Amino acid sequence: MADQSPSSGLHKAADTPAWSLQNTADGVCLNVAGAWTVQAGGATPFPQDKLPVEPGHTLHIDTSGLKNWDSAFVAFLWDVKQAASKAQLHFDEQNLPAPAQRLLALLPDAPAEPAQPPRNTEGIFARVGDATLKGLTETGTVSELALETAKGATQAVRGKSAMRMKDLLLDIWNAGPDALLIVGIVNFLVGAILAFVGLVELRKFAAEIYVTDLVGIACAREISAIMTAIIMAGRTGGAYAARISTMLGNEEIDALQVFGIPISSYILLPSIVSLALMMPLLYLYGTIVAIFGGFAVSMSMMDVSPIGYWISTFDGVELKEFIFGFIKSFFFASFIALAACRVGLKAGRSAADVGVAATRAVVIGIVGIIAMDAIFAVIANALGI
Amino acid sequence: MMSDAETLISVRDLQLSFGPKIIQQNVSFDLKRGSIFAIMGGSGCGKSTLLKSMIGLLRPTAGQILVDGEDYWAQSDARRTDINHRYGVLFQSGALWSSMTVGENVALPLEMFTSLKPDTIRRLVELKLGFVGMEQAIDLFPSEISGGMCKRAGLARAIALEPDILFFDEPSAGLDPITSARLDDLILTLRDGLGATIMIVSHELPSLFAIADDGIFLDAKTHTPIAHGSPRALHDTCKIPEVTAFMNRSASIPSADKTEG
Repeated sequence: MADQSPSSGLHKAADTPAWSLQNTADGVCLNVAGAWTVQAGGATPFPQDKLPVEPGHTLHIDTSGLKNWDSAFVAFLWDVKQAASKAQLHFDEQNLPAPAQRLLALLPDAPAEPAQPPRNTEGIFARVGDATLKGLTETGTVSELALETAKGATQAVRGKSAMRMKDLLLDIWNAGPDALLIVGIVNFLVGAILAFVGLVELRKFAAEIYVTDLVGIACAREISAIMTAIIMAGRTGGAYAARISTMLGNEEIDALQVFGIPISSYILLPSIVSLALMMPLLYLYGTIVAIFGGFAVSMSMMDVSPIGYWISTFDGVELKEFIFGFIKSFFFASFIALAACRVGLKAGRSAADVGVAATRAVVIGIVGIIAMDAIFAVIANALGI
Repeated sequence: MMSDAETLISVRDLQLSFGPKIIQQNVSFDLKRGSIFAIMGGSGCGKSTLLKSMIGLLRPTAGQILVDGEDYWAQSDARRTDINHRYGVLFQSGALWSSMTVGENVALPLEMFTSLKPDTIRRLVELKLGFVGMEQAIDLFPSEISGGMCKRAGLARAIALEPDILFFDEPSAGLDPITSARLDDLILTLRDGLGATIMIVSHELPSLFAIADDGIFLDAKTHTPIAHGSPRALHDTCKIPEVTAFMNRSASIPSADKTEG
C-alpha cells in the first residue's frame, strides 16, 4: 500500500498533526508526527475504511515524530483502535506514551449508545385523560390549600395561630410600602397616556372636559386594578414561588413537616394575608396617582383650571367604581399569592426548577388576573353595577 | 407481639418506590433501644429514601414501620406528628430555616409545641446551642455561618424537643476530617447524655467504624438489603463482594472483574 496522508506530500508547518500508513512484514504501521493538540489541529478523524482487512496481522504505531499531545491525540487513537478492530488487526499500543495508553484503557472498545431518557409515549387519549385527572387533582389541592389558609386566618384572628407576627410584618412590608414606587410610576404613566390619547380624540368633538371621566372611570374601575395586580404578580408572586421552591430544595420544608409545623399557617398564611391586605390599598393609591397623571397631561394640553379638573373628576367618577376595583384587587391578590405558593410547593428541587417555578407563577398570575377581570366584567354587567 | 422491650423501631418488608421505579424492597430490620444503627450503601442506593420513609416524608408502597409496636404509616396525620415529636432529624444540609436566626430556629419547635415562657425558651436554646458549641451564633442568620456550623446548629434544633430517637442524614458529608471527627464525638456524647437511639445514613467509613454498632447494607443493583450487622463486623467477616469492596474502599468489585480481558 502506498503512503496515504491527509496532508499529501506538502507538509505545512512542522507542528501540524500528520499521519501516514505503511505496509510492513506482519501488518501495517501508522506513523504519527507533529503536535497533536486540540489548539494546534483540532480532533483529526481517522477514516474507518482505510485499514486493509488482514486477520491476525498487527497494527503498529510509530510515534517517533510525535511532539506534544493532548486529548486530540487520544480521540484519534480511539478512532484508530475501532478501525483496527473492524479490520481484525491486533492493535499494538506498545510504542504509545504510557499516559496515552492509560487514557485509552479508560475508553470502551466502541462508544456506547446514549441512554434514552424516559419519554412519555402514550397515545392521545391516554394523555388527554392524564391531563384531565391532573387538572382535577390540582383543583382539589389548591382548594384544600385555600381552605386551610382560610382556617389559619380565622385562627390567627382569634390569636391561636402558628403564624409568627414577625413573618407577617416582613411580608406586609415587602408587599406594601416596598412596592409604592413602582406602582406609583406605572400608574402615573398609564393615567398620563390615557389622558393624552383621550384628549387628542375628544378635541375633535369639542368634548375635552370628558377626559376627566375617561381617566377617572377607566382607572378606578379597570386599569389601576389590573396594572397593580400585574406588577404585584411579577414582583411578589414570582418572589413567593422562588422562595418556597428554594426552601424545598434546601430541605427546609421537610424540616417543617417532620416537626409537624403546618406549612399552610406557617408559610402560606403570612404570604397570602399580606398580599390580600396590601393590594387593595395599593390599588387605591395607584388610582389616585393615575388620576394625577391624567391631570398633569391635561394641564399642559387643555384649557381648564386645576380646580375645574378636580370638580369634573369628582362629578364623573362615582364611589361604586372604587368599591368595585377595591373588591377586585382583593380577589386578584388572593389568587396571585395562592397560585404562587402552590407553584413553589410543587416545584422540583434543582436550581433550574426555581427559575421554572418563578416563571410559571408570574405567567399563571398574569393570565389568571385577566381571565378573572373578564369574569368580573360579566358579573358587573349582569348585576348592572 | 413482634416488639419486645429491646426493639424500638421494627421495619417489616418495606418497599419504597417513585412511581413505577422501585428503590428498595424487602427491607426488614430492628432498631434496638440505645443502639447506633447505620444505613450503608453506595450513592443512589436509596439510603436517604429509606430515612425519609421513617420520618414521615415518603409513604412506603408496601410493608410496615412499627414504632413501639404501633404501625407508623397506618396512623392519622395528627398521631404521626405526635410520634414525630419523639424524633430529632439532622438533614444533610442542616436545613436551617433561612429566614430565621440560629436561635429562632432552635426556639421555633419549643414555641410551637410547649407552653414555656419566652425567657425559659431562651435559656433552653442557649443550652442546646451550648451542647454543640454554637451559643455565640445565637443571633446570626444561617447565611452568616459556615456549612459545618449549620450542621451543628441543625443538631441543636434536632434535640430541641428532647427526642429519644435521632436520625442523621450524611452528617459528615462536606465536612473536613477534624470537624467530622468532632461531630462523631458529639453524636456519641449526646447518645449517652440524652439516652437516645440513633439512626445514621452515611458512607463515610471512618465515621461508621467509629460510632455505629448495628446496621444494614443496601444494594443499588438488586434494590434489596444484602447484609446486616455492624460496620466493623461486616468489614471483618462479610464475604459479599459489594460489601467487601465498600468496606475496604476498593475501586472495583472483585466478582465483576472477571469479565474483563
